Amino acid sequence: MKRIKTLETRNLC
Amino acid sequence: MVHQYKLNGYNIVLDSCSGSIHSVDDVAYDIIGLFPDHTEEEIISAIMERYGDRPDVTPEDIRECIADVNWLKEEGRLFTEDTFAPLAGTFKQRSGDVIKALCLHVSHTCNLNCEYCFASQGRYHGDRALMSLEVGKRAIDFLIEKSGTRRNLEVDFFGGEPLMNWDVCKEIVAYARSIEKEHGKNFRFTLTTNGMLIDRDVIDFANKEMSNVVLSLDGRREVHDRTRKDYAGNGSFDRIVPKFQELVRSRNGKNYYMRGTFTHLNPDFTEDLYTMTDLGFTELSMEPVVAAKNDPLALTEEDLPIVMEQYEKLAVEMIRRRREGRPFTFYHYMLDLTSGPCIYKRISGCGAGTEYMAVTPWGDLYPCHQFVGEEAFCLGNIWDGVKKPEVQADFRKCNAYARPDCADCWARFYCSGGCAANAYHASGDVTGIYEYGCKLFRKRIECAIMMKVAEDEDKEKDNKEEAAGAADQITDSPEGTVQKGGDTKENGKEKNGTDCTGDDCSDCDTEDFHTRC
Repeated sequence: MKRIKTLETRNLC
Repeated sequence: MVHQYKLNGYNIVLDSCSGSIHSVDDVAYDIIGLFPDHTEEEIISAIMERYGDRPDVTPEDIRECIADVNWLKEEGRLFTEDTFAPLAGTFKQRSGDVIKALCLHVSHTCNLNCEYCFASQGRYHGDRALMSLEVGKRAIDFLIEKSGTRRNLEVDFFGGEPLMNWDVCKEIVAYARSIEKEHGKNFRFTLTTNGMLIDRDVIDFANKEMSNVVLSLDGRREVHDRTRKDYAGNGSFDRIVPKFQELVRSRNGKNYYMRGTFTHLNPDFTEDLYTMTDLGFTELSMEPVVAAKNDPLALTEEDLPIVMEQYEKLAVEMIRRRREGRPFTFYHYMLDLTSGPCIYKRISGCGAGTEYMAVTPWGDLYPCHQFVGEEAFCLGNIWDGVKKPEVQADFRKCNAYARPDCADCWARFYCSGGCAANAYHASGDVTGIYEYGCKLFRKRIECAIMMKVAEDEDKEKDNKEEAAGAADQITDSPEGTVQKGGDTKENGKEKNGTDCTGDDCSDCDTEDFHTRC
């Protein structure tokens, strides 16, 4: 994704 | 629920219900802000109006970004629905009457006379007292009996000043160690001390048995000595700092916290944290004072913007020092994004009054150390257990969904609804709200997340530089040049004279330079 960087996180769901 | 904020040059988007964190550019930041209430065409129009003069922003580009946002939503990483409300009470119900942690008040007396002490100089509004070994051993038995299938049990030696009853502390530890294996338990002991009585014996025993020690120091000498005096009115800074330094050195600088308190007299508390780092301490915690509103030390509304700015300055300084290779830890900025608490823990909170209780020197049980001395909250004792289930029921209700004010708060899965004691002292209700504390908490979490984003960016930058460095090494190699696709050529032909597929490099004399290898 060009404009969004998602950090690695524990998914609460 | 999505929380967007800008801090220290970063645009940050937190998806509260999944825990996802996104670092975005200005365009994506605005698109995400418009996304819930606008059509795609409306978003394109609004973004073009704002950024249309930029060559990299075109309707097609905006459409692509909207598609990314949609994909994140479908993946459960953005605009995630809150489906956790039905879980709110289940964790504590499922845990039943399990108790897994005790705060042992081994001493209701203190050798310091700190002005802001919530425990009224260690006496908790009652008589001075020391816990007997008999009560201490019974507390350990009580904890084992009530711990159900929980294996990890925690005991904090607290006061007053626990070192004023140090021999009993040591004997309680020895007793617990002597029976933990037969019960399949693992005790984790901690100690909270003002440091006045630390000696070689304390250091050696603490290093052997205490998985964490909490050391009370407020920072600058003049700040510390203004409130943390002995009964003769003398400050304690010069007496405790060398002892703390020796203790920390002997623990190899690990498994301790310097724990300070800041008040209306020092809202510029970052200076106190930097004093601690100058003294060689790197594991730091600094807490806002717990005091009645009319107390001259209580934080005021005028202090709030100063404190908020201090939290931001602290985060920026910590990033700077980490990059310089001299990091330090601030308790409230410790977030473990990949191994943090599960949703049950995030909803149910600290467990005060249910899985966590305080024990007085004479064996009475209270929901936590901050309720000790308030008779209405006495739950029972370590011989008969909980005798006031109606009081405990109020604490069972404490969770992230218990307070209507929390319903639209993005931080509720970080604070779990907040501290019951703070809520009670601020509002008269354990399921109330301590709004001042909420504001500070939200700011701290914003700073902590920003620091994680900065760290992530630094790692990515390092990786890119490393990859570029490796590529340069290959490209600059005197044996040949690398073309796109990774084939090494020398004077226009394959060095080994064959067509390279990259499938079998075992006999290839160019393998050292082959990027596929």
